[in-house]
Amino acid sequence: MAAKTIISRPIYGTLSPQPGKHHLFLADAEGALAIVDMARTAPPGFFDGAEIVFIPGPDGKHVGALEALKPAQFHQAPSFASLLPRLKQTLTNAHMGLRLYLAGTEGLIGQAMQVALEAGIDHTSMQTEHRGSLARRMQCVHCKGITENVTTQPATCAHCGLLLLVRDHYSRRLAAFQGVCINAEDRSEIPPIEEAFP
Amino acid sequence: MSTGTTKLDVVVSDVVPVNDLVTRFHFRRRDGELLPTFSGGAHVVVEMRDGERTRLNPYSLMGSPLDTREYTISVRRDDVGRGGSLFMHRSVKPGLEMVISYPVNLFSLDLRAKKHLMLAGGIGITPFMAQTAQLAGEGGNFELHYTCRTASLGTYADVLRERYDRRIRLYHDDREERIELDRLLSTQPLGTHLYVCGPAGMINWVRDRAASLGWPSEAVHFEHFAAPQPGLPFDVTLAVSGKTIRVGEQQSLLEAIEAAGVDPPYLCRGGVCGQCETNVISHDGKFIHNDHWLSEEEHRSGCKIMPCVSRFEGRSLVLER
Repeated sequence: MAAKTIISRPIYGTLSPQPGKHHLFLADAEGALAIVDMARTAPPGFFDGAEIVFIPGPDGKHVGALEALKPAQFHQAPSFASLLPRLKQTLTNAHMGLRLYLAGTEGLIGQAMQVALEAGIDHTSMQTEHRGSLARRMQCVHCKGITENVTTQPATCAHCGLLLLVRDHYSRRLAAFQGVCINAEDRSEIPPIEEAFP
Repeated sequence: MSTGTTKLDVVVSDVVPVNDLVTRFHFRRRDGELLPTFSGGAHVVVEMRDGERTRLNPYSLMGSPLDTREYTISVRRDDVGRGGSLFMHRSVKPGLEMVISYPVNLFSLDLRAKKHLMLAGGIGITPFMAQTAQLAGEGGNFELHYTCRTASLGTYADVLRERYDRRIRLYHDDREERIELDRLLSTQPLGTHLYVCGPAGMINWVRDRAASLGWPSEAVHFEHFAAPQPGLPFDVTLAVSGKTIRVGEQQSLLEAIEAAGVDPPYLCRGGVCGQCETNVISHDGKFIHNDHWLSEEEHRSGCKIMPCVSRFEGRSLVLER
């Protein structure tokens, strides 16, 4: 779990079964294992009212483990973008009592949270658990472009090409960390680039 | 001293009987200026000078937050209570100069909500008078369910129906009308916030059902004005000021501390806000915690007490302040 450095930096918990009849899970890659672990403490029949939406990692693992939980609905998607319409539809039709569980990478948790916030779920009432890669979704504060899966420090903006220091400063509205030009004074100065978010 | 608040010098501009139990009081500033802005759900603490005794009771502001020329509160008469409401009913007349606190809101609307679902019981309607006025002014999406004993005791039910029509749903105990709570809670759109104000039993019922139906606690707001419970008199020593005082049968610990000339912080005087939390230095006896602020663990530890509603039975009690 990520350490808390500055106040906007999200911190994540451990999924735990909440009271209620409707449970919506969103996970990517190793996030599936957070659901499987939580299932051990879930009361009988918990997954009868659950929907799991899963984006497998490149290795395609964990689909079977989630299906074995026998949720009322199981849906697989190739990317977050591809499941967005479905997620929005589900939340639009949902009633109070729906509980949301987000597990996996920060990019997945943050983007799903962004949609859920718009639907009226308070961020403190969502269950989250970080699993898998530490890769960050980053917004360049200069050109405003968003670069996905940033793993290095500093990182190059995929839009404007500036070399950015990836800050812990996080925007819930954008679901992204802020990237700030690291060599604004002298662009020829290139600090060593290290893998910081494996 | 009420933390974060200063006092307002007001004059009673009108006293209006509403029904057999409830009277409405209007206050204006003595200097003729506008009163401070407040938001729906706010309360003021009214100081009542009753001979030797000063009583301080919190009452919700029920006027529209859009009109600060006057504040209005409604007081339900409690014939077996500690006397504050009786004093208001019997002794407070138009023209009387009084002191009230600045408004404090411990029951505010969460304006991020997509919809506001309000449940009121009895005199618990008063904060909703201001909240509905605030939301109506902003085109807010709300629905109010109001339970009262009989139609004639449905305080302001007619006003609310007139103003908001079908957004108000009434339930009368004498006609055995009950809120279908589970159905109501299960059919609210995502993003709804729930507000409940009324008797403790109603609040507990609603909070319990909401929690078990999957409502996150962040979306459930409640307010209960608990009057301090009477009990056996007891003595208490205040370590900092070195005073030893007696808390009378009908007096709260907070009131006794104030009567002794100590000025402790407070906001709600009902055991919910946490302002008056006090450290216990030593004790020999049993606490009667009536607050909703401290955790069960803190209650058991005997290290803290909320002087606004909690009491003590035993040989000795030393508090920090």
